[in-house]
Amino acid sequence: MKKDFGYMNLCIYLLAFALYLVWAPSAQAHVEQGQAVGFITGLEHPWSGLDHVLAMIAVGLWGAQLGNPAMWVLPIIFPMVMSFGAMMGLLGIPLPGIEVGIAASAILLGGMVLGEVRPKLVVAAILVGVFAIFHGHAHGTELPAGQSGLLYSMGFVIATGVLHGIGIIIGLIHRWPAGKLVLRGAGAFIAAMGMFFLWRALI
Amino acid sequence: MKINQQVIILHKTLIAVFGLLFCPSNAAAHLVTTGMGPVYDGIGHLLLTPEDLVPALAVALYAGLRGRAPGRRALFFFPLAWLLGGFIGLAADAMPTFPVSAFSFLLVGILIAADLRLPDNAFTVLAIAVGIMHGFFNGIALKAGPGGLGLLGIMFALFVLVAIVSAFVVSLKPPWTRIVVRVAGSWVAAMGLLMIGWFFRGQV
Repeated sequence: MKKDFGYMNLCIYLLAFALYLVWAPSAQAHVEQGQAVGFITGLEHPWSGLDHVLAMIAVGLWGAQLGNPAMWVLPIIFPMVMSFGAMMGLLGIPLPGIEVGIAASAILLGGMVLGEVRPKLVVAAILVGVFAIFHGHAHGTELPAGQSGLLYSMGFVIATGVLHGIGIIIGLIHRWPAGKLVLRGAGAFIAAMGMFFLWRALI
Repeated sequence: MKINQQVIILHKTLIAVFGLLFCPSNAAAHLVTTGMGPVYDGIGHLLLTPEDLVPALAVALYAGLRGRAPGRRALFFFPLAWLLGGFIGLAADAMPTFPVSAFSFLLVGILIAADLRLPDNAFTVLAIAVGIMHGFFNGIALKAGPGGLGLLGIMFALFVLVAIVSAFVVSLKPPWTRIVVRVAGSWVAAMGLLMIGWFFRGQV
């Protein structure tokens, strides 16, 4: 009897759900019309390039290896300096060797994770900040025509921050001996990919 | 009821469900107004305008980081300043072309990211300045629509927003939670920098 009741309930719920979906209410979003798509474009963009993804995750991994306060200083510095780089691009200020700089960021940041290098906080911050300029200049200015610059920027910055967060969360395995090894292996992988990006940029 | 009968009923239901899904009604998107009057239009304007919503959230976050007393000041002075700026905007004629709001993103974002301890009076002046500036732009924007009642709606929404967000931040005790707030501040500052760049590129 209980089983019958369960089936009937399931059927009623399905029908109610379908009726709810059919009863489409007035959508009050998209007051900025086509421009609102900019947020989604910005949110997607950092995930579309493996070079950017790996470098962002490397920042998080390295921060987690370095521990406090670097773990939170680096992800705070990166988006701000990255936006400065993007602003340079938007103002038309050229930056030579962008692709080489991005590849170098993966090599060096991956190398730092591989070697568990522990420089002073200022040095780490400068290193991350310099590379952030390249990433911002290359990726922060790629807004499709007709979309909102602000919404694109919001999506772009948030997605970059999420990538840092993923790096930090993965980097927390550093507290276990086996995790340390895995982390260094990840650093080696990122550095090797950086070499590949460099080769591709130079050829 | 036998199992076979139950399965048949389930299949029929699923067919009916998919049949219903294939005949959706028209979705009336792109509404400019809420349809519930000017007060709600004002609230809707605030909640759907990131140029205003983000700085308002940022001021609330910063107020929360600074503690209870600045939080209480922001709770009253910020919405009132926004309302005052709004009424000035209602009387104004032209909208400045430069995105002044980008500077409130940048300034408040940097203050949060750096966790700078401004004196209480300086913080109050900051909250009033940001409120008046954004209210002014809202006033100009709402002149053709909900007008003064819309501004009242915005003020009420800001009061609730600041109360909830700043009280939430004040209640944060573990150190890492404050760091999360600071990271959010760095994002706001980054958006401000980009807004300035987009302005010069002509795509704000």
